[in-house]
Amino acid sequence: MEETLPISAQSAARRWLSAWWPYLLVLAFLVLFPLLAGVTIGDPTVAQEGTGSLGNLMLRAESGAAKFWQGMIIQILIFAIFAMSYDLLLGYSGILSFGHAMFFGTGGYAIAILIGRNFDWPFGLALAAVIVIALVQSLVFGVLSLRVKGVYLAMVTLAFAEMFYILAEAGDFRVYTGADDGLHGFPVPAYLSATDHRTRFYYLTLVFFVAVFLIIKRLVDSPTGKVMVASRENENRATMIGFNTFWYKLTAFVAAGVFAALAGALSALYKVSVTPSMLSLGRTIDALAMTIIGGLGTLVGPVLGATIIQLLGYWLERWFGPSWTLIYGIIFMLIVIFLPYGIVGTLRVRSFRLKEGWKQLQQTLAGK
Amino acid sequence: MNDSTILETRELQKTFGGLVAVDSVSMKVQAHTLHTIIGPNGAGKTTFFNLLSGNIRPTGGKVLYKGEDITHMPAHRRAHAGIGRSFQITNVFPNLTVLENVRLAAQAVGHDNFKFWEHYRRFGEYEARAQAILSQVGLAAQAAMPARSLPHGGKRKLELGILLASDPALLLLDEPTAGMAREEIPMLMEVIRSVKETGRKTIILVEHKMDLVMNVSDRISVMHQGRLLAEGAPLEIAANPTVQKAYLGDLYGDLTEVK
Ligand SMILES: Nc1ncnc2c1ncn2[C@@H]1O[C@H](COP(=O)(O)OP(=O)(O)OP(=O)(O)O)[C@@H](O)[C@H]1O
Ligand SMILES: [Mg+2]
Repeated sequence: MEETLPISAQSAARRWLSAWWPYLLVLAFLVLFPLLAGVTIGDPTVAQEGTGSLGNLMLRAESGAAKFWQGMIIQILIFAIFAMSYDLLLGYSGILSFGHAMFFGTGGYAIAILIGRNFDWPFGLALAAVIVIALVQSLVFGVLSLRVKGVYLAMVTLAFAEMFYILAEAGDFRVYTGADDGLHGFPVPAYLSATDHRTRFYYLTLVFFVAVFLIIKRLVDSPTGKVMVASRENENRATMIGFNTFWYKLTAFVAAGVFAALAGALSALYKVSVTPSMLSLGRTIDALAMTIIGGLGTLVGPVLGATIIQLLGYWLERWFGPSWTLIYGIIFMLIVIFLPYGIVGTLRVRSFRLKEGWKQLQQTLAGK
Repeated sequence: MNDSTILETRELQKTFGGLVAVDSVSMKVQAHTLHTIIGPNGAGKTTFFNLLSGNIRPTGGKVLYKGEDITHMPAHRRAHAGIGRSFQITNVFPNLTVLENVRLAAQAVGHDNFKFWEHYRRFGEYEARAQAILSQVGLAAQAAMPARSLPHGGKRKLELGILLASDPALLLLDEPTAGMAREEIPMLMEVIRSVKETGRKTIILVEHKMDLVMNVSDRISVMHQGRLLAEGAPLEIAANPTVQKAYLGDLYGDLTEVK
């Protein structure tokens, strides 16, 4: 079959593969994970007569440690979506927002309220509404906060997020928001219940994750994304060569807002609960920490960061009990000190330095 | 306004607190000429450029480009209208590659900036243009380097490359050779001369070094303490007693010392 392909198509395919194989490997692992987990760590006693081997495998995937670890990955993927969206702001566009949780929380609350008893909307409609709400919200707050820069922008976005936090906590809207208790047990469609159909929810999250990853990747590789990076690097010069940087930053802000809202909605559906803490500064700091640990301005970075923080939190809590946050803080400090560009960023800088050094060495040897 | 006037300022003024950096400057620049502005340090040349490019707003007066009042036009729109500038203090994208610095400038004046669903490599014309310009300014070999690791002279060439990439009708060059090694200067001046000789561009050049600009300039304006002191053909300026007294007379020796 291969011989019939024209040379250029063959080499294009090879180039594509050589650029994408690490991603494909991770994707293959994520796709196969429920089955692998079912075989290895699922509860073998759940097997039922006459269900067939694949059916029994699915049953095992829905049980015991297999189910637990799928839940773990679901949460990692949700946080990864949130962190990637944050990186689009901070890492790619140089926008330091302290209010990103406002979109995460609004996404969660919006889906919970819309499918809840007050509105009782069909799920698909509610999900579409989440996106529309996030679009409008991020447009409005983007236009308002992108008028200022740097720390001022951080403060303005923080103030807006706090406003939503206070609204969510306020007793006045208890019927809708559950005030400081939040909302719990709203009617997530049975076919999407993460309790009964963990594997199904896992794949749903995976699909969203892959979609968001690809969309952001394309965005940052597009002419528009290149201008975002330019305005991060030197906004004044970007303006002087003819870019109205405001629109590019707004594009980043809106895209980031929508993806954060999606992450929030998924989180709400998974946990069947939303609380005001989803809108808190702490949630924004989570995204910030994940992005910084993994590496700003890379897409793999925030995903790696989300994985590390989620797993670290789980293990540290098991080993050290309540004092785990202290250990976590120390580890975070060490990472920031020793890997100033995050894990992915530092690796890239290293390999770049190595290449440069190698070139220099060759030149010296050649007597130049 | 004369038909061939591409840029005109009327009583243009900029004050910083009590300091009058640009003091009611009225100047006309003819299209397709190279018009040089000279003047001692602190004369207000860079501030004047900032007013022309829209980097800062004047406190008085007007800027007209092709007969249109652009005094309140934002900087990015002036760039699209064909006014491009380079900076005296290198002002590039330090962490992007040399090629990307120039490619961005080429992209900026195109119409694909908001095609966020397409890979930027689909628009190969910008990259091709950037490559051509890098060869022109002598940076082809450094295309893949991050701009920050260029030596100073390389950064000056990049500064000019970014400007050329956006293909402006009016080029504002703020001391393009500032801080460059002597032996690199002729090459850069040669690029500027070749741009001039296409006959399609107007260049306003700020330069300290009189000797560099004497034979390339069509016209020279002398600025001193924010004011226009004199204007004329290069030889007229060199012979002008006021200019000699205020600027060339005392300072010419010093100025040629400046690298
Ligand atoms: N942003 C600013 N705020 C306050 N004063 C300024 C500002 N920019 C320039 N100045 C002052 O305005 C005057 C003119 O400065 P400008 O940079 O325009 O001079 P110049 O002719 O370009 O000098 P040089 O030859 O050194 O580049 C100087 O006295 C300078 O200190
Ligand atoms: Mg100056």
